[in-house]
Amino acid sequence: MKYKLFFMLASALLIIGNGCTNVKPWQRGTLADYTMRADRDPLGQAQMQHIWFSREEANGGAGVGGGGCGCN
Amino acid sequence: MNTSLLKKFTVATLLAGTFFTASAALKVGDTLPDLASFKLEGQLPNSVKGKIVVVDFWASWCLPCAKSFPVLDEIQKKYGDRLVVLAVNVDEKKSKMDGFLTKHPVSFAVVRDAEQKLVAVVEPATMPTSFILDGAGRVRFLHNGFHGEDTRKEYISEIESLLK
Repeated sequence: MKYKLFFMLASALLIIGNGCTNVKPWQRGTLADYTMRADRDPLGQAQMQHIWFSREEANGGAGVGGGGCGCN
Repeated sequence: MNTSLLKKFTVATLLAGTFFTASAALKVGDTLPDLASFKLEGQLPNSVKGKIVVVDFWASWCLPCAKSFPVLDEIQKKYGDRLVVLAVNVDEKKSKMDGFLTKHPVSFAVVRDAEQKLVAVVEPATMPTSFILDGAGRVRFLHNGFHGEDTRKEYISEIESLLK
C-alpha cells in the first residue's frame, strides 16, 4: 500500500514537473508586448488607486516616487 | 510488455524529460552551423570565407536591439569588405521585423529565422546576443545583451584583435 502511494505521488510530481517549461529568450515577444504591462492603462490605474484610497484606507505603494523625506 | 516493465519505462521517460533537458548552446570555440541549411528568409551574404563575421540575434520587441543597430551599422561601414555583419531576426511575424527595419534602417545583411530553428540550435541567452567569428567560422567572442558604449568598445577592440 505504501509502495503504491509512493509510486502515485512520485508519478504525479514527475508529470507536474514535465508540464513546466522555460520561456526561451527568443520566445518573449508576447511577454514583452505593451498589453502585458501592468501600467498600460493610466486611467484604470488611477481609478484603482482611488478605490484603494477611499475604500481600503490605503494610498501609495504602487510606485517608486518619493522616499517619504518630505523634500517635495 | 508486462505492467512492471511499463511502469519502469514510464518513470524513466518522465525522469529523462524532467531532469535531462539537452542544452547545446553555441559558445566560444564552437563553429557556427551552416546557415544555408536553416531555410532563413532573406539573402545571406555571398561570401564570408576568410572574413570576420558578426552574427547578431535580435527581435523587434527588444529595446537594446534597437540601440545596438546603429553601432553594428557603424562597424559594418568602418571595416567594409573585411567584415560581415549578419543580423538574424527571430520575430514570429515578418511584419514586426519590417516595421522595426523601417524605423531603424541598416546597411548590413538581415535575415529572419522564421521557423526559429537556427535560434533553437544556437540558444542565445539574451536578446540581443552577438557572436564574433574569425575567418575560419569559429566563435571567438560572445556578447550577451547590448550595453551601449561599453559593448561598442568591446566590439571594436575584439575585431581589431582578429584583424591583426
